[in-house]
Amino acid sequence: MSLIETRALRKQFGTTTVLDGVDLSVEVGQMVCLIGASGSGKSTLLRCLNLLDPIDDGVILLGGEDISVPGLDPQPVRQRIGMVFQSYNLFPHMSAVENTMLAPRRVHGKSRTELLPEVTALFQRFGLGDRLHHYPDQLSGGQQQRVAIVRALAMHPEIMLFDEITSALDPELVGEVLDTLRELREDGMTMILATHEMGFARDLADRVCFLDRGIILEEGSADQVLTNPREPRTQAFLKRLL
Amino acid sequence: MLTRRQAYEAQVRRRATTRAALSTFGVIAALVLLIPLAPGWPAVKRSFFNAEVFVDTFPGLLNAFVLDVAIFAWSAPMIFALGLLVALARDLRAPAAYPIRLFAILYTDIFRGVPVILVIYLVGFGIPGLGLPRPWNSPYIWGTVALVLTYAAYVAEVFRTGIDSIHQSQRTAAASLGLSGADTMRFVILPQAIRKVVPANMNIFIALQKDVALLSFIGPVEIFRQAGVYKSLMANFTPYVGAALIFLAITIPATRYADYLLAKQTRARS
Repeated sequence: MSLIETRALRKQFGTTTVLDGVDLSVEVGQMVCLIGASGSGKSTLLRCLNLLDPIDDGVILLGGEDISVPGLDPQPVRQRIGMVFQSYNLFPHMSAVENTMLAPRRVHGKSRTELLPEVTALFQRFGLGDRLHHYPDQLSGGQQQRVAIVRALAMHPEIMLFDEITSALDPELVGEVLDTLRELREDGMTMILATHEMGFARDLADRVCFLDRGIILEEGSADQVLTNPREPRTQAFLKRLL
Repeated sequence: MLTRRQAYEAQVRRRATTRAALSTFGVIAALVLLIPLAPGWPAVKRSFFNAEVFVDTFPGLLNAFVLDVAIFAWSAPMIFALGLLVALARDLRAPAAYPIRLFAILYTDIFRGVPVILVIYLVGFGIPGLGLPRPWNSPYIWGTVALVLTYAAYVAEVFRTGIDSIHQSQRTAAASLGLSGADTMRFVILPQAIRKVVPANMNIFIALQKDVALLSFIGPVEIFRQAGVYKSLMANFTPYVGAALIFLAITIPATRYADYLLAKQTRARS
C-alpha cells in the first residue's frame, strides 16, 4: 500500500494553474525525486502534501486516510510529515539543539532531559556532535541544513519532504548534505525530494518524476527517465542541464 | 609606513577636524558675545541662570525627581504588558474573538489620536469624580492609568510592526513541525519580534520619562510641580532650568543608547 498518494491533485494561485491533476504514489521506504524546471510545480506539490498550501481539487491520502478534506486540522498531519526547505528556516534566536527540541517538547510534551540523549545522538550521527549549542548564524550553510534535517527527524516523521535543499548551498557544501540524505535512504526513510541534483537522483532514487506545466509528464526508474527519456520535453529539459 | 591612499585619507581627516573645530569655536564665540548684547539679557540672566537659586533648589528638585522615576518604573512594565496584549489581540483570527480584535483596533486608534494631557485630565479628574473612596481616588493611580493607556497604544503598534516583520518562512517552518499557532507565536515569532523592536520601544519609553511630568497637572508633586513651587517662592525661573538639566541627564544617555542599538541592528541586517 502506498504511504502517501495523490489523485488528480489540482492547485491554483489566482488564475494560474500550478498543479493540473497530479497522480503520485509513494510506497513505504521509497525515495522519489521530482525534477523539472522552476515553476513546474515541484515545490507547490511538496507544500500541498504537508497541507501548507490548501489544494483546490483532488485527494491526498496519507496511510490510506484522506488528509485533503477541507477544514481538517492540519497539525496532526504535519506532525507525521517532516519537511526541509531550501532556505533552512532555522529559528535564529535558538541554538541548534533548542531548534531541534522545540517541536518534540511542545507537541509530544517531552522534557529537555528526556530528549537530550536522543537528540545528541542524532547530532553526532550527522557530524554535528560539537555544534549542539551553536546558533544558526554560527553555522555554515551545510551545517544549518543538516540541523534542519535533524530538527525534522526529531519528530519521528513517517515521511520526509525535501524542497531543493541543496540549491542555496555553496557547491563545496552540497556533498555533506547529500551524504545525510544517503544515510536516511539506508535507514529506509520514505522520502520525496524536489531536486536539481541529477547525479544524486540517478544513484539513489527508486523513481524519478518529471514535472512539466503542473503534471507528471514522465515517470519511471532513474535510468528510464534520466538516461532514456521518452518525452521530447523531458529530453529538452535534461539537455539544457548538461 | 602608510600607503598612498592611507596618507591621503589621513590628510583629509586632519583637514576636516580642523575645520569642524574652527567653525564650532566661531559659533560658540558668537553666541557668548552676542547674546549678552540683547537689551533684556541682564534680567534673563538673573531670573533663569541664577547660581544661588540653582544651588538652593537643586537638591529639592532631585528629590522630587525620584517620584518621576518611580511613576516611570511602575508604569513601564504595565505598558509593556498591555501593549503586547493589544498587539496579540489584533492578530486573533477566530471569529468568536472578533469583538476583542475590534476593541483592540479601536483602542489603538483612540489613544494614539488624543493628546496625552487630555487623557490625563479626563482620566485623572473624571474617574475620581465618580466619588470613589480612598485610596481609589488617588491621582497617582489614575495618572498612571492615563499614561499606561496612552503609551500602551503606541507600544502595541510597535510590537505589531515587529510581529509583521518576521519572515513568513519562520511560520511555515514552525507549521511543518506540527507546532500550534499559539506555540508558533510564543516560541518562534514573539521572541524575534520583541528583540527587533527594542530600539523603537526605547524611544517610546524615553518619551514616557518626559511625559511623567504631565501628571503634575492633576496633583502629584513631582519635579515639574516642585520647580513651580520654587519659582513662586523665590520669584525666579532658575528651578525650571535645573529640572530641564535633570531630565537631560537621563534622556540623553538613553537616546544615545537607543541609537546605538538601532545602528547595531541595521549593521547586523546588512
